Amino acid sequence: MEKGGEAGGGRPEYSIIVPTYNERLNVALIVYLIFKHLPDAKFEIIIVDDGSPDGTQDIVKQLQQVYGEDRVLLRARPRKLGLGTAYMHGLKHASGEFVVIMDADLSHHPKYLPSFIRKQKETGADIVTGTRYVSNGGVHGWNLMRKLTSRGANVLAQTLLRPGASDLTGSFRLYKRSVLEDVISSCVSKGYVFQMEMIVRATRKGYHIEEVPITFVDRVFGISKLGGSEIVGYLKGLVYLLLTT
Amino acid sequence: MKHIFKIIAVLAAISAVWVALLETSTVPRSYTWLLPIYLVVALGCYGLFMVGYGLMFFPTCPQEAVLLQQDIVEAKEFLSKRGVDVSSD
Repeated sequence: MEKGGEAGGGRPEYSIIVPTYNERLNVALIVYLIFKHLPDAKFEIIIVDDGSPDGTQDIVKQLQQVYGEDRVLLRARPRKLGLGTAYMHGLKHASGEFVVIMDADLSHHPKYLPSFIRKQKETGADIVTGTRYVSNGGVHGWNLMRKLTSRGANVLAQTLLRPGASDLTGSFRLYKRSVLEDVISSCVSKGYVFQMEMIVRATRKGYHIEEVPITFVDRVFGISKLGGSEIVGYLKGLVYLLLTT
Repeated sequence: MKHIFKIIAVLAAISAVWVALLETSTVPRSYTWLLPIYLVVALGCYGLFMVGYGLMFFPTCPQEAVLLQQDIVEAKEFLSKRGVDVSSD
């Protein structure tokens, strides 16, 4: 388990794309946790760093010394260019048959990776998406207002869109590589709506989607990610998806 | 088919039933006139119920925050021994 290089001989089966911006501590923690929880899988971690000024890339280079440059890949971009294009950038450099997308801030815990992989193997699904809104899943660190907006947004989207997944705005997902390439090329939204657009378009295209429970620990207390402008943006996204999917 | 057309089709079907009820007067007209209002109220109730139910049974996981802290300590210890700078930023 401690020696990262052993299980990864040959072509990786899974490419784990982690977009980062100013995550020098978290990127180290998440890489350690991925290697800890996937001792037997053939995988590579692709860090897409958007020119973080805090030295995230230096840490990634140190991690490459520990785990090997073929297991931890640094594919940096010069500046902050957005999440959707970060996935596309990582995808260009991915060599696995499956691609996992997760956040670097540890709200997505790598201990769930084995259940994503198991679910995919059992069902042959095109997409396995993590859901917080079922038993065994859950959220920590949200106040009542945050929960209320989340539930309201979810009920609205479920009723109007019939999206085919219970957690639309989460972004902890495993894709077949070809499916991700197909879906991502037709998505134009940003932020929360981007995650929702990905899953709705995948449903409409008839891809097989499965869900696994995940927990979500929000450690960025005090910073409200859901202000009025986000809610307006979300509603616009909902209308956009109603009209185009 | 775009999803908006499905919604419009459902609304059109409901309107057709309503108009038919108005025309045939199988139920008294004064009742039939009120049906759209009942429908809107019912939809609102459904939405409120779903949000309220979701809030009441919102799955939380305080123990996960504790476990994560333990993982962070473990990771820091392992990585600092191998020359990765994990001093807090």
